[in-house]
Amino acid sequence: MKIRQYSLRALALCALQGHRDWPPAWRTPQPKSSYDVVIVGGGGHGLATAFYLAKHHGVTRIALLEKGWIGGGNTGRNTTNVRSDYLFPESAAIYDLALRLYEDLARELNFNIMLSQRGWLTLIHNQHQMELAAHKLNWLKCNGVDGEIIDRAVVRGMLPHFNMGRDARNPVLGAFLQRRGGTIRHDAVAWGYARAADRLGVDIIQNCEVVGFEKSADKITSVHTTHGRIHCERVGMAVAGQSTALAAMAGFRLPLTTHTLQAMVSEPIRPVLNHVVISPATGVYVNQTQKGELVMGGMLDLYQSYAQRGNFPTIEKVLSAVVEMFPSFGQLRLMRHWGGAVDIVPDSSPILGPTPVRNLFINCGWGTGGFKAIPAGGLMLAHSLATGSTHPMAQPFGLDRFRSNRLVDEGAAAGIAH
Amino acid sequence: MILIRCPYCGELRTEDELTYGGEANIARPAETVSDEAWTDYLFMRTNPKGIHQEQWCCSAGCGQWFKVVRDTVSHRILDVWKFEEVSQAAEEVA
Repeated sequence: MKIRQYSLRALALCALQGHRDWPPAWRTPQPKSSYDVVIVGGGGHGLATAFYLAKHHGVTRIALLEKGWIGGGNTGRNTTNVRSDYLFPESAAIYDLALRLYEDLARELNFNIMLSQRGWLTLIHNQHQMELAAHKLNWLKCNGVDGEIIDRAVVRGMLPHFNMGRDARNPVLGAFLQRRGGTIRHDAVAWGYARAADRLGVDIIQNCEVVGFEKSADKITSVHTTHGRIHCERVGMAVAGQSTALAAMAGFRLPLTTHTLQAMVSEPIRPVLNHVVISPATGVYVNQTQKGELVMGGMLDLYQSYAQRGNFPTIEKVLSAVVEMFPSFGQLRLMRHWGGAVDIVPDSSPILGPTPVRNLFINCGWGTGGFKAIPAGGLMLAHSLATGSTHPMAQPFGLDRFRSNRLVDEGAAAGIAH
Repeated sequence: MILIRCPYCGELRTEDELTYGGEANIARPAETVSDEAWTDYLFMRTNPKGIHQEQWCCSAGCGQWFKVVRDTVSHRILDVWKFEEVSQAAEEVA
């Protein structure tokens, strides 16, 4: 008996069989010689693209190529935070769409993504930040996104271990709170989309690297991979920090630089922190996972790097800030630290839609904030791949905005420089 | 940890004592160039996975800007030189 749909009943039935009957969540197919659409990149954005392309647009001959294993890049390396408190209407629309899709995603994918909308606090340390928070709140109200400013006493109630003493280096006047913000199990997003896409007929091909494109008259006719040549009608790419190299293979340049963004976790402990909290004084943020580890991260490394590993200067900066915020966390041991290769754009906004190559469409430039945008990024790229046109919500984020000088400068609103 | 010896003051500096200045050798074009060329100059970057020519500033030291050839995967420093000098390593890469 092979059980396809996950449910309490399926769990009970499989338990009786000693859990021997669970089938693999997705197939391991060999690539065919030809597809309608080839998607390069098996992270969250690529997998979501494949899923929405099959589900909403009925495209079934889809190959998704991943050079490593799915979700092994930035999707598996981020700090799992989601929120949608962006300033500009264009960004708010796209990030809030992502959050709304995330809110229903477990049901849609039949996969528990462990969404925990525990509240996302941006601390306010001084009067200037209080005014900025009020300004941001007004923008959010105009954009129809939830948010509120809470005072010092409420912050103290929400963060009982936070250093609010007279000796605190960064006094707290209050916080900007988005209650719908929180965390999601990041691997589950990759696995859930992969399983759902596979069930709709998408061929997910892992350990398959793209090594070149064959072009004819501004169009890609086939993709050269480590598994051979694949003919295709359209190509989508969602490869984050590796975008420049892939674009170069296709013959155009991108306004991206690749940097390391690091994160780290402590040993697991009992629940001590029920919310996600960021301090704009240090750029450091922390939350506690459902396993009990404290996940911490900070600013990206400012020099270009494809290293995908952590380093001590950043670990020191992040940990010293966390211990300043929560002195009792100083007793904990650090368990792991790591880095991902993120794609930084001058205006801190994504690049979505067409490229100079007529049948190649792109989804990149999410920088340090791509995880929270996965459902929307996938939806936008799927729309381009199915219709050849740009989704209205993706229009402001085209590659052409750099030439027309219509940047969407979100650096101010993101809460952290990225 | 990136360590670079400043070619001006001669001190070995850690990455925290230095400021990164992005890709080197990007020359400002004449104002009469096309919009495409101007966009290229302002925004487009080579962003290589591997050998990269870049600018750093000895910001916590003598304050001078200088050029570096660095591997963006291993972070190994292959050459450091002053703006008015020519780098052997950079010539070989080019």
